[in-house]
Amino acid sequence: MYQHSRLSNNNFNFFQKFKNFDYVLLACILLLGFISLGTMYSTDGGKILFHTKSHFTKLIVFTLMMLIISFINIKFWFLIGYLFYLITVILLVGTYLFGIESSGSQRWINLYFLNLQPSELMKICIILCLAKYFHRMKLENVNSIYTIFTSLIIILLPMGLVIVQPDLGTSLLIAITGLAVLWFAGINHKYFIYTLLGFLISLPFIISFLKPYQKLRVLTFLNPDRDPLGAGYQIIQSKIAVGSGGIFGKGFLKGTQSYLEFLPEKHTDFIFTLFSEEFGFVGSAFLLIIYALIIYRIIAIGASSRSYFAKIFCYSFGVSIFFYITINMSMVLGLLPIVGSPLPIMSYGGSSMLATMFGFGVVMSAKVHNQQAIA
Amino acid sequence: MINSSSDNVKKLNLINRRMFITGSFKILIMIGIVSRLFFLQVKENKRYLTLSDKNRIREWKLAPVRGEFHDYFGNVIAGNFEAYQLHVIPEQVENFRYVIYRLKDLLDLSDREFKKVLKKRKEIKPWETLIVSDNLSWKKFSKINNHLYDLNGVKPVISISRNYPYNDNFTHIIGYVSQANEDDVENTEVIKKNFVPGLKVGKIGLEKSLEEKLIGTNDIERYEVNAYGRRISQLEFQKGKKGKTVKLTIDTKVQKLAGELLKEKSGSICVMDIYTGSIIAMQSSPSFDPNLFVFGISKDEWELIRNNPMKPLVNKTLQGNYSPGSTIKPIVALSALENGIIDTNFTVKCTGKTEMYGQTYHCWKKEGHGFVSLRNAMKVSCDTYFYEIARKLGVDRLSETAKKFGLGDKVFGNLFNIEKKGLIPSTTWKKNALGKGWLLGETMITGIGQGYIQTTPIQLCLMTAQIANGGYKIYPKIIATDKKELEPNDKYKPLYKNSKNIRIVQDAMFGSTNEVMGTSYRSRIDNLKYQFAGKTGTSQVKKITEKDRELDLKTFQIPYEERDHALYIAFGPYKDPRYALSILVEHGGNGSTTAAPMAKKLFKLIIDRHPLRDSVDDKKYLEI
Repeated sequence: MYQHSRLSNNNFNFFQKFKNFDYVLLACILLLGFISLGTMYSTDGGKILFHTKSHFTKLIVFTLMMLIISFINIKFWFLIGYLFYLITVILLVGTYLFGIESSGSQRWINLYFLNLQPSELMKICIILCLAKYFHRMKLENVNSIYTIFTSLIIILLPMGLVIVQPDLGTSLLIAITGLAVLWFAGINHKYFIYTLLGFLISLPFIISFLKPYQKLRVLTFLNPDRDPLGAGYQIIQSKIAVGSGGIFGKGFLKGTQSYLEFLPEKHTDFIFTLFSEEFGFVGSAFLLIIYALIIYRIIAIGASSRSYFAKIFCYSFGVSIFFYITINMSMVLGLLPIVGSPLPIMSYGGSSMLATMFGFGVVMSAKVHNQQAIA
Repeated sequence: MINSSSDNVKKLNLINRRMFITGSFKILIMIGIVSRLFFLQVKENKRYLTLSDKNRIREWKLAPVRGEFHDYFGNVIAGNFEAYQLHVIPEQVENFRYVIYRLKDLLDLSDREFKKVLKKRKEIKPWETLIVSDNLSWKKFSKINNHLYDLNGVKPVISISRNYPYNDNFTHIIGYVSQANEDDVENTEVIKKNFVPGLKVGKIGLEKSLEEKLIGTNDIERYEVNAYGRRISQLEFQKGKKGKTVKLTIDTKVQKLAGELLKEKSGSICVMDIYTGSIIAMQSSPSFDPNLFVFGISKDEWELIRNNPMKPLVNKTLQGNYSPGSTIKPIVALSALENGIIDTNFTVKCTGKTEMYGQTYHCWKKEGHGFVSLRNAMKVSCDTYFYEIARKLGVDRLSETAKKFGLGDKVFGNLFNIEKKGLIPSTTWKKNALGKGWLLGETMITGIGQGYIQTTPIQLCLMTAQIANGGYKIYPKIIATDKKELEPNDKYKPLYKNSKNIRIVQDAMFGSTNEVMGTSYRSRIDNLKYQFAGKTGTSQVKKITEKDRELDLKTFQIPYEERDHALYIAFGPYKDPRYALSILVEHGGNGSTTAAPMAKKLFKLIIDRHPLRDSVDDKKYLEI
């Protein structure tokens, strides 16, 4: 049987693959890339400077990478799942041991040709790994203690390694992504409810374990006016920027909040604020529609996929992209405390884009090979 | 295989069901985010737009241009000039240390000044302006300009500053400006509103009391700034209003002459128009140069002014309480006539002294004047005569008349906060103030302007003016206003009961100046055009003892502090009076020898300049 499926796989030719491409998804990604490039140009003050150039290079490189990944059979990504996870875990350990320290946290590892943030990669690898883990599992085994225990270890190990960097935001995103896979894999919903309850009950204890700066972020979120020039500064300025944008925005390159440097971290976490200031409610809604379309396409690809692995990967990746977006936006709109989390594709940052594009690549590969069954 | 496929179906059902749940959940969150965006960007847009503008727009106020003072003829007596200043913006200087030491060299800054500049540099942000020097001489200013190639970031600036071209001539009227201190800012609303660092405000005189009129409004520069407060671009420049120009009634020529007459002396001269109440000159000597204060006076110069025994800081015209001496006699005589105590035929025999309850009261002339009537008594200033009529009149009736004619109250109301009220005593006053009963002897010495009675020179001038104009109330003013309706409606209210009495007093004063034996006969002017009538006065500083009387020392033989004050009041031209004046020379000795000759010189000038003054008045109407 294995042989048979392999043969049918070979029947796939190059042009058929092209035909199978999801052009809506591709168009959305390219459009997003284009918008992000414009926004990055604006953060550079209307000049083509370092950030714009670097972002442009990354977009080109990673879009090509995505296309290459999509041509590789989804089976390959299935096979390589555990290995990728292991490599990333090793990189995380490496980061812990030899990482580059910057502004109080050790998140990057120097791989000679590039500085990588393995925690970003882990967001994807955890889906690959868990999707592979659950792919062949029978439904009655899913809820066994052994399975739950193993999967929890798969989630908690990288989480722990990321927390010690310290990077609470990314580790929470890894956990959410992991839990999303468990949810789609069919773990009894009671467990989720119990976990949620347990989390809520232990919240006070968790807070007591938070680092002082993290506690400050939570307090600031609850009341930004507590310290408007200190901890509350970012969120207040971000809200002012978004709010002052109005319906149609202040116009491209005319966002005073960012141009006059009132906005913090405008290249990375607060890129949406800048975009929203310059393009207003209409622009922001447009951006949200593009993201919604991307998520919709990912889910649709998952639904049309024949293999369980592809399905679970697409659904989980859709959920995780959704969370990246909503957490980032809620944060800059003052709905959530400030946790470092980039906006996919829009934010400046190679590792984040690498991970996202890798995910898109696998999704695209699932679309191209959507009739591929994986034993 | 079959088993596994049925399991697969189950698994697929589960995953799709759960996907559906997740999808609905996602849509809900998306709606939440969109509504949050809507709330911030559409509903609360105005609020955040304001906040954003508040963030990025900052205003810089520039010092307003102060209103000028003009004299009656439009000469600038307090104006603005272009001060040469040197500004440095530390951020634009490549090598701050080099430049600052170079400047020290070029400007010959003393170590103390240099340290001050360095201290200021530490207090400001690098992109703020550092004022190295605020008033450079033209020579140094051009020297700097010649070395500019070497001084990157140094800016020679021309800024507007206060200037008093007549130096010490007007100091006691208009005062001076100096840098505003905390008290000024806190106590004066208009200063608070227009405050900028380095703002100069009035400290004394009219500069202080007319602050609101003079200060003007700030120029406002609106800049877009970044989060660190650095100016990015100028958005707007809003030109402020220059302060209002204040025209005074003063004639600079007369004011200057008054200053010259009082040179090296301590005293006061004021000249008044007897119909309009306009002050033609108001001089207090010694004075000081107000220009010294504009950029901060040095400690040495300040000590010199402060410790001068002639007290340049005191405005003697308004602040000096002096015994009026014989200059009160016209009022005593008038009061006696008005109250029917005496008539023109009433005579008293002067023997040089008179006794009352065992106390001897001396006339200034030891030998006595013999039989004197009112006119003669005024002419020769016979003290015995006035002892007698004062005794008959009583202090209360005297004080009533004196107060009516403007003594014992502020002449300018609240215009000058330093002005003194003087003191017109009465029986009730003594009871309230000292808790003692009034003595008859005190009435007698009040009758010759000694004892408790105190007046300021400006009050004496007003008194004289109101006698000269026929006994009508006037309101002295120093600010020339075109608006007639501003004046109180009891202006020109008759102050007399019988106008004949005023004429009698005027005639007596005429005799005092223009007839042989008159106390100021030597200072008379025979030319009818300039002829004036006056009354001398000598105010004792120290009680004259019997021993002093025997010694009978000449003025120059007495120590300065113990010499009498010399006074003179006069009005002229006698035929058609127009101006009144009062002169006081502290420790000047005798009124007839020191003060009266000044009046002669003054009247010449004042009356010569009268047609000119009239023409300015006429022009005013023509221009309408």
